[in-house]
Amino acid sequence: MLHEPAAKSGPDPAFLFKRRLGAWMFILYALVYAGFVVLNLVRPGSMETIVFGGLNLAVVYGFGLIIFALILALIYSQACGRREKRLRAAGAEGGRT
Amino acid sequence: MNVLSIALFVLFVAFVLGISFYFAGRAKSASGYYAAGGRIHWGINGIAFAGDYLSAASFLGICGMIATAGYDGFLYSIGYLAGWIVALFIVAEPLKRLGKYTFTDALDANYNHRGIKLMAAISTLLVSVCYLIPQMVGAGVLVTPLLGLPHAVGVVLVGLIVITIVATAGMTSTTYVQFIKGALLLIFSLVLVAVVLTRGLSTKPDQGGRVPFRTYQTLAATEAAGGLVLEDGSWQIAAVREAKGLRFVKLLRDGRESWWKAEKDATTGAVKLLESQFTAKLADGTQTVNGAPASKENQLATVGNMEAIAGKTGDEAATGSLNPFKFLSTIGDPRSRIKLWKNASFDDNGGRVTVYYPVFAAGNKVLRPGQRFKVEGTATDRIDFLSLMLALFLGTAALPHILIRYYTVPSPAAARKSTIVAIAAIGFFYILTLFMGLGAMTNGTVNLLDDNMSAPLLARSFGTFLFSMISAIAFATVLGTVSGLIIAASGAVAHDLLDRYAKIIKNDKQKVAAGKVVAFAVGALAIVLGILFKGVNVTFLVGLAFAVAASANLPSIVMMLFWKRTTARGITASIFVGVTSSIGLILFSPTMFELYGKDPLTAPFPLKNPGIVSIPLSFLTLIVVSLLSRAKAAKGTAPAV
Repeated sequence: MLHEPAAKSGPDPAFLFKRRLGAWMFILYALVYAGFVVLNLVRPGSMETIVFGGLNLAVVYGFGLIIFALILALIYSQACGRREKRLRAAGAEGGRT
Repeated sequence: MNVLSIALFVLFVAFVLGISFYFAGRAKSASGYYAAGGRIHWGINGIAFAGDYLSAASFLGICGMIATAGYDGFLYSIGYLAGWIVALFIVAEPLKRLGKYTFTDALDANYNHRGIKLMAAISTLLVSVCYLIPQMVGAGVLVTPLLGLPHAVGVVLVGLIVITIVATAGMTSTTYVQFIKGALLLIFSLVLVAVVLTRGLSTKPDQGGRVPFRTYQTLAATEAAGGLVLEDGSWQIAAVREAKGLRFVKLLRDGRESWWKAEKDATTGAVKLLESQFTAKLADGTQTVNGAPASKENQLATVGNMEAIAGKTGDEAATGSLNPFKFLSTIGDPRSRIKLWKNASFDDNGGRVTVYYPVFAAGNKVLRPGQRFKVEGTATDRIDFLSLMLALFLGTAALPHILIRYYTVPSPAAARKSTIVAIAAIGFFYILTLFMGLGAMTNGTVNLLDDNMSAPLLARSFGTFLFSMISAIAFATVLGTVSGLIIAASGAVAHDLLDRYAKIIKNDKQKVAAGKVVAFAVGALAIVLGILFKGVNVTFLVGLAFAVAASANLPSIVMMLFWKRTTARGITASIFVGVTSSIGLILFSPTMFELYGKDPLTAPFPLKNPGIVSIPLSFLTLIVVSLLSRAKAAKGTAPAV
């Protein structure tokens, strides 16, 4: 009882595309994140290496992971939005014919 | 305590309560109370996500850990943010599509299984309570310097305000409180970082002339047959004690005692004694600080400074304003030398002494992992690090109070967009934590008894206004997160257990009323736990909550979405194993043994972070039980799954 959704949403034709893209992007990020963790464990001294502007690898990789997350998120959002729009347009066109 | 601090604090609380009463009318239905009617704009929801997520652990705990352990504290920032990738790419849209009010709804959407409802609700409750503890500890930490009230009063105050917020307008008021708090936190953290960079670095930080820099002495000694002999004859050696493999010496001069850490040069054999700070509980129960009775005036001095800046010492080392890159590269310079503080406790004269002694670290060692997490240590140390990073990565997308925020927006696309806003806001804040933490480390604003206060004390070094603002925002931070957690717990009991599992809720009104009663109960529990766990680093506690969430909830969410053979029994068993194994391993971990007052080395489970065992175990359980239950169903010996 009382199991109604807080806000109803219709069918999503882009669902499979988004799921596949999300999974691949997750794997990509997980690999970069795992690289950071493994590097710390296997060659911790390398984290002291100066990369640029006097900043060491630990700082650059750490900031990089944060910024990379945002870049991937924006790409994902853009791709999903575009696909949703295209499929919606195709659906509307199909509906008219 | 000053008038401005009190005025800002009262203003914040009044504003937050005002919002709650204003929105009270929107929380009459279950949808309004538990999911803000699903009508929140994605932009507001994204910042509210940040407000919800940037808890006391993020603001107080991470800054405190960076201030005392350098880059190791920043590892939490990296892990916490990375977790949002899992939330965005794997969880956000499907959860919004499947769920209604709670995480259990989404998990159970395709199964309608009583076991899932029960276990997922219990898991939500346990994770929420684990996460509540550090928030309440943070509340107590803040109220003491802000209002001059004891820790327990701060905890009770937060508990009462949050109960009021949640009980009046549920998720709607919680959302707007989190939105405002999230935005203010970002703005004022940026201001704090800007003034830290403008001040620059010096070897004798005096907090803008507010607190004179304290110089600590070093005494020379030689090792003789009868023990140590001091070069300066005005000091007398009263006792020598060993703890943690280190030697501490009690000296007397003019009838006053002090403790020093002895360091022997391996090549020359020369011994030097480093002046330390100390607290003691004497045999008669008296508490002393640095040899005099503890009082409001006589407390441990705040610490944290650089001994050398890029090879320079003294007045010529002062840098003046620095840009963000130069600030980091100067601290991380191998020629920079940073004074950090550690502590050791031992018995003396029937009492118990804790000595806070200085250690010196090169800048390049502070700005890489290793001060706290021994990445170059034993195999156990390394596995522990791996375990922590795994739990942080997988924990975010399994936190019930974060997951329920997906139900407050109108569509899956809005859920996705709000997650991206959250990643931008949270990522930006986490970059600032490194500057705030290092700022506290080098500006003499680390409280030796409680590193959670590092960020507010750093703000105080710039004057009362910034301190009052930062403290009031930090207090609002606690309010926002605790509200979200109580809503999640409230939904788990009223919606998942009483309505969907036990079916004893008859109508919408009853469900809202039940939610409010649960909010009172969970709020009261949070108050008690917040008082009991006083003094433990809040980030560490949150790390454990992440491990429980990642073990209990994430395997079910991921497998339900990506593995078609997942069964209801598999999910139920996975949550059960995830919860029990993670909490069980924590209870038998070295950290808990230390809290029990036992030797941490005798702990049966050698890791401080259980995720590396409990997360795979939960996944494995789901796979095995799902396969077994499908096989049984195929043979006709068990009901279809």
